[in-house]
Amino acid sequence: MSDAAVPAAAGAAGAAREWRRFTPAERLARFATYFLCVAAIVASLRTVDVIPEFLADAPAQVQDLFVRMWPVDWAFYVTPRNTGAQTVHAALLDTLAIALLGTVFGLVLAVPFGFLAARNIVRLSWVNWLARLVLVATRSTSTLLWALFFVAVFGPGALAGTCAIAFRSIGFVGKLLSEAIEESHRGTIEALTAAGASWTSRVLYGYWPQVKPAFVAIAMFRWDINVRESSVLGLVGAGGIGMAMNAAIDTFEWQRVALILLVIFAVVVASELLVTWLRKRLL
Amino acid sequence: MEPSASPRALPGHVRPFAMSRAERIGWIVFAVLAAWAASRIDPSWARFVTGLANAERFFDRMLPPIFTPERELVRGLAESLQIAVLATALGLALSLPLGLLAARNLMPGWVSWSARFVITVCRTFHPVIVAIVFVKAVGFGALAGIFALTVASIGFVGKLFAEAIEEISMKPIEAVRATGASFANVLLFAVVPQVLYRFIGFIAYLADSNLRNSAIVGLVGAGGIGGTLFAAFQRFDYDYVLGILLCIIGLIMVGEALQLAVKKVFRQ
Repeated sequence: MSDAAVPAAAGAAGAAREWRRFTPAERLARFATYFLCVAAIVASLRTVDVIPEFLADAPAQVQDLFVRMWPVDWAFYVTPRNTGAQTVHAALLDTLAIALLGTVFGLVLAVPFGFLAARNIVRLSWVNWLARLVLVATRSTSTLLWALFFVAVFGPGALAGTCAIAFRSIGFVGKLLSEAIEESHRGTIEALTAAGASWTSRVLYGYWPQVKPAFVAIAMFRWDINVRESSVLGLVGAGGIGMAMNAAIDTFEWQRVALILLVIFAVVVASELLVTWLRKRLL
Repeated sequence: MEPSASPRALPGHVRPFAMSRAERIGWIVFAVLAAWAASRIDPSWARFVTGLANAERFFDRMLPPIFTPERELVRGLAESLQIAVLATALGLALSLPLGLLAARNLMPGWVSWSARFVITVCRTFHPVIVAIVFVKAVGFGALAGIFALTVASIGFVGKLFAEAIEEISMKPIEAVRATGASFANVLLFAVVPQVLYRFIGFIAYLADSNLRNSAIVGLVGAGGIGGTLFAAFQRFDYDYVLGILLCIIGLIMVGEALQLAVKKVFRQ
């Protein structure tokens, strides 16, 4: 709705009073927000380093790209580039393995941090704060940056990709999990406490059954994202189908690039359908 | 979850947290898949130990972080910001109408399905892959990054817009329609007031996500700090890499704080 003041007629005899929806401070804050947005856009437009010739040339270049991509090199899916090289099929399986194993490792690592960050489980605020810091730090660094790091640590390959996916997942899963834990009902916990249950029993039989549906939903959601992310890990050498794509792009084999793009599209759509179906069945 | 009696339990004793058959099958399938994935990737202990030694060397070279050459760093960060701002603006301009077209409660079936298809295609590809294609199309530089993140924005926020519009109450729409209002008036006075505050939340979220992504599209030459980072990485200037990473994280945290501030202004 607009910020415009809404004048309303006051009582018949009373002085005409103006009714405004927002206080002056609120209107000022809103105006400042809009102004800053517009200023940011204008400033970016004026300073961004765009070469006009490239922009004018873009439609022709895109058309050229599609022409080069056609016909799609379907045979490339099962035939390796040269003897000993990976086929696209094998690279795809690697991608799926990276996504799955990375999600599993991420979940395993995220659960303790999720519990430590939940204020109703651990009542030490400095522990909560520390766990939150870990979650924020792993979330702020994108998967590709983690992949660069792990390639330096483990060398190029699928292991680096798996670790990158796992570390990026910690922050995401841990944050959502700790929120789910904090939202769980007190009733069951109080009943367990009253029966003299230990801390472990309270967590296992009081909290865990309550957060399990949320946990499963978060896990599936993250796996879906991870399938998408693991398709690009190969660009920095961290394994999977991205490596095949990088090789094809470096040698300008656009018909093979087209095949790889179609394969990625199919896999991502399939995983999204699978998650939708599972969610309907399970939750 | 139906409780099943364990064979060893006393008669009449019911295990309260027993798994149902479907759940058990689900876990078995999951375990088999995980074992297959593990056998493909082979995360062995030996590799982990060598990795630890590498990591130690890596951190040794990373610390302390340096921020020079500053010029490259500042230019890269500024370009990332420009990409994020312009991609958000352009992405919004395209995804607002697309989101409306994709809302099944306001549009005929074929319109919403085709709009949904466009949104899905935009969502499917990782921004970096889209960036590669645009680098080919418009050359190296910020323009490719802007276009790539615009596509990513459409996929990301178009779906949220469509879902928000589908959840609105139809009563105000009927009321406005009953006055003989045009479609534009129905939108303006019945749809927009119901979704505006959620949209502002999504837009703030989108700006945040674009800022994060604008730091990485540079890896493939699409402008921004990512290019500086990747170049430093390939030169093994790990201390400069850490400096750049700290700047990126700082920028993202400032973005997150701004996002919260905007939400507070609009009382969400």
